[in-house]
Amino acid sequence: MIEEKDVEHIAMLADIGITKEELPGFTGQFNEILDYFDILDQVEGTGSFEHERANVFREDEIEPSLPQDDVLANTRDAEDGFFRAPRVM
Amino acid sequence: MPAVTFSPDDRYNAFITTLDQAETGPGRLSGIAVAVKDNISTRGIRTTCASRILDGYIPPYDAHVVTLLRQEGAAIVGKTNMDEFGMGTTTENSAYGPTLNPSDPSRVPGGSSGGSAAAVASGMVRMALGTDTGGSIRCPASFCGIVGLKPTYGRVSRYGLIAYANSLEQIGPMAQNVEDVSLLMEVLSTHDPRDSTSISCPYRHTPDPTVTGLKIGVPEEFFGEGVDPRVAAVVWEAISRLEGEGAEIVTCRMPSMVFALAAYYVTCTSEASSNLARFDGVRYGPPADTKRPWHESFQERRREGFGTEVRRRIMLGTFALSSGYYGKYYAKAQAARQQVRNDFVRLFRTVDVIAGPTMPTVAFRLGEKTDPLSMYLSDILTVPANLAGVPAISVPCGTSEGLPVGLQVMGQWFRDEKVIDVAAAYEQGVSA
Amino acid sequence: MSDTTATQPANIGIATEDEVIIGLEIHCQLDTTTKLFCGCSTDYRDDPPNTHVCPVCLGLPGSLPRVNRKAVEYALRVGKALNCEIATEAEFSRKNYFYPDLDKGFQITQYDKPIAVKGYLDIEGDEGEKRVRITRVHMEEDPGRLVHKGGTDRPKYTLVDYNRAGIPLIEIVTEPDLRSPKEARKFLNKLRATLEYLGVFDSEKEGSLRVDANISIQPKGWFEREGRGKADRGRVEIKNISSYKGVEKALTFEITRQKNLIRRGQKLETATRHFVEGRGVTTSSRSKEMEQDYRYFPEPDLRPVRVRDWAAEIALPELPDARRARFMEQYGCSPNHARTLTGELRLAEFYEKVADIDTMLAATWIADTLLGELNYRDLSIVVVPPEQFREVLILLKEGSITDKSGVEVLRVLLDQLKETGACEGPRVCVDRLGLGVIVAAPTLSGEDPVVKAAKEAIAEQPQAVADYRAGRKEALNFLVGQVMKKTRGCAKPADVNTILTDLLEEG
Repeated sequence: MIEEKDVEHIAMLADIGITKEELPGFTGQFNEILDYFDILDQVEGTGSFEHERANVFREDEIEPSLPQDDVLANTRDAEDGFFRAPRVM
Repeated sequence: MPAVTFSPDDRYNAFITTLDQAETGPGRLSGIAVAVKDNISTRGIRTTCASRILDGYIPPYDAHVVTLLRQEGAAIVGKTNMDEFGMGTTTENSAYGPTLNPSDPSRVPGGSSGGSAAAVASGMVRMALGTDTGGSIRCPASFCGIVGLKPTYGRVSRYGLIAYANSLEQIGPMAQNVEDVSLLMEVLSTHDPRDSTSISCPYRHTPDPTVTGLKIGVPEEFFGEGVDPRVAAVVWEAISRLEGEGAEIVTCRMPSMVFALAAYYVTCTSEASSNLARFDGVRYGPPADTKRPWHESFQERRREGFGTEVRRRIMLGTFALSSGYYGKYYAKAQAARQQVRNDFVRLFRTVDVIAGPTMPTVAFRLGEKTDPLSMYLSDILTVPANLAGVPAISVPCGTSEGLPVGLQVMGQWFRDEKVIDVAAAYEQGVSA
Repeated sequence: MSDTTATQPANIGIATEDEVIIGLEIHCQLDTTTKLFCGCSTDYRDDPPNTHVCPVCLGLPGSLPRVNRKAVEYALRVGKALNCEIATEAEFSRKNYFYPDLDKGFQITQYDKPIAVKGYLDIEGDEGEKRVRITRVHMEEDPGRLVHKGGTDRPKYTLVDYNRAGIPLIEIVTEPDLRSPKEARKFLNKLRATLEYLGVFDSEKEGSLRVDANISIQPKGWFEREGRGKADRGRVEIKNISSYKGVEKALTFEITRQKNLIRRGQKLETATRHFVEGRGVTTSSRSKEMEQDYRYFPEPDLRPVRVRDWAAEIALPELPDARRARFMEQYGCSPNHARTLTGELRLAEFYEKVADIDTMLAATWIADTLLGELNYRDLSIVVVPPEQFREVLILLKEGSITDKSGVEVLRVLLDQLKETGACEGPRVCVDRLGLGVIVAAPTLSGEDPVVKAAKEAIAEQPQAVADYRAGRKEALNFLVGQVMKKTRGCAKPADVNTILTDLLEEG
């Protein structure tokens, strides 16, 4: 069973906004879904999916970059060729 | 440049964007109107994934498949509605409103490629591109009564497909008949070095509707609990018809089906939780609020920009990958996935294809399914093909309650041609 | 304050029974032509922001990474040169965290399947030859560059340039085998030399190497007994050191800080601190970062890397140790000269371009003079045209200038190089400044400038002359010095000696 505080923690880890009102709903649904996922406990072993193919490489050759105008075309927040982002400190 | 005029009566809300003058050129698809699901990047045409978080985003490049369509002269007439980022089974989870099912507008078209299916089923376009992560081509094909193919993983480049769950999804063709699906598949399936999972195995094939001596495996689990008996009956009849055409029916078992759905949802939500982290409003999409600190702005951006189902899956995936739970969920899901693949390997030692229903039911009523888990459970028959990476097609095989039912045919890796042939055999048998 | 100090008397006071434990994590940019996962050029340093980006390194929706074969090969060279086990199967993983320098919201790196593990690098440690164990070597992509607007103290917002995003990095992690800041520096110097010899790294490029250092002070022998798991005293990770000199400075600062805490009996918390290059101090990270959970999982858009066989085929070039041995053997360099000259690839190459003039003379002049003069001017050996230096050596060897003039010529030429990037020819310089050796005439003619200077010195220093005549022969050296001064160092000391003796004996 997970509780509302666990859902809050997950939301924080996921950096996804969640309101107090939404907590009970998400918590109930998660418990139902996670209960269903418990079937995986019966799977033998762990480990990754085996890949048949490996070593897919490209050669170290220059390909054209995008023009700066195209790069910045989708943002309204450009400044001297930089993107603008919220402060991190 | 010649153009195709496109001014449809989009009463089913199949499109997010339409182009009234779509360029066309010489080639195998010359003059053919093709719709493209809105999670496939189109240079100069907005690409939204049916999400507010991509509002205003105009890709500066074409997806590989879009380049191929243009090379063959196709007229890309619009971008189709879908469940946000492909997360859904009904096309109700769209920031642009739900798409309706042309065969009964009170019903959902299935999802997540519901817009593409509705555009084809209603005759607005002859062909469409869908994407299939856990059934998102086959489910709407089944619900709307059209043909849809999920190719072998690696056979169609994903370059330019906005990722939901990279290890599971493929772009594939949707059309009214098998021949058109096959034609579109010929165009789509070329090697693309920009996708490291793309495999050089081009599809060059004319459907051959002979099934004499073909061994069709029918797993019990595909007719088990949760499958509407009326749907099951229609599908059995379709399989019997193939037997009548000379195929041999072999009942079999797929024990890994017990784990398949859980393995699927753990895998796709995990990958999604990471894929959808890039929508921070810095480089594209509605801008981040630069007056506030980074994390606050980011959380707000994601809360406002994503719909509830997307947020739910991001959180589920975050949980499945988080410290202390990775082993219980993600790692186990990969082991389960290996078992699903092993089941297919084992079955394909004795049978040529595997058949069953595409969906356990006919199309739901709009708004009928509200509980997430019961919605997830409806993907049970389509996810095994994605987990294993095998090709799978849905072809209309009759009706139940007056609504279309789809026959699903799964084949061996890189034998997409065989599932096309079986679907063609069924289709021609019916029309004969 | 701390109960640990109360129960463990060994912790009180630091003196000799404590030792410093240092481990390093070094991030180096691999010197490929294109980025790790796309074809954008890595040559971005002088270009405007966001001009070396494409859908892939900008993290545009739908773009997919593709691994640069050369970057893998370079990482394999490093793994082999550091005596590592090469992985049978390496894999890229996603490290998930949210920061504006990460265009995709995750960084593609290697987690549980790094390309190489369990190696070592031998260095000249504080107590002789020392083997520093390498835990792992893995590949990852560099994030973008952030500029904090409105100052670092209270930034208003952030500017982001993704030109650096996707540059291939290798991260090299050592075991905590280093015991002093000086050893850490020596390790880094050796590592840098090794990477340069491998042709995979260019230390001249700004920001091409960044170091995080783990440091703690523990009772002597504690580490060997207990291992890394149980921290007796807290361990501090210093992040963000971006220069070679910075590493030694940051560690030295941190040791003083930790020792002071221990001396006062205060508890040292395990923490992350940042090195502030300009002030030479480490500061506590302002925001108490919550326990990070990076939710690593295999990158589904890439395939595994199976490279053991490939690694076996890769032939390594001559590495610093081998070259040092060869310099001693082939050129007769002293062990110290050989170590110095091979400590940097470009220095070693420079030496070999001029050694044919005279191996010993070249070694001495490069190691003992040129390097010091370069350091003093904050110049690198790459600015020195070898042909010009050859000419200086020729002038010295043929006796056209004295040692003292040689130093003077070098100083003048280096000043010119620093100022303009070019310099005049050494012979031109010698002529222009009149630094050519003054050859004394065989007779004691008053016309000869050396004889003239000697006569002056004798006239001016009666006391020294008297001392000499009284049998104190060392007074001669004083007079030689006087003559050298008068001839601006251009006379040969041996000539001056003879002339003075003759004049004094005569008179």
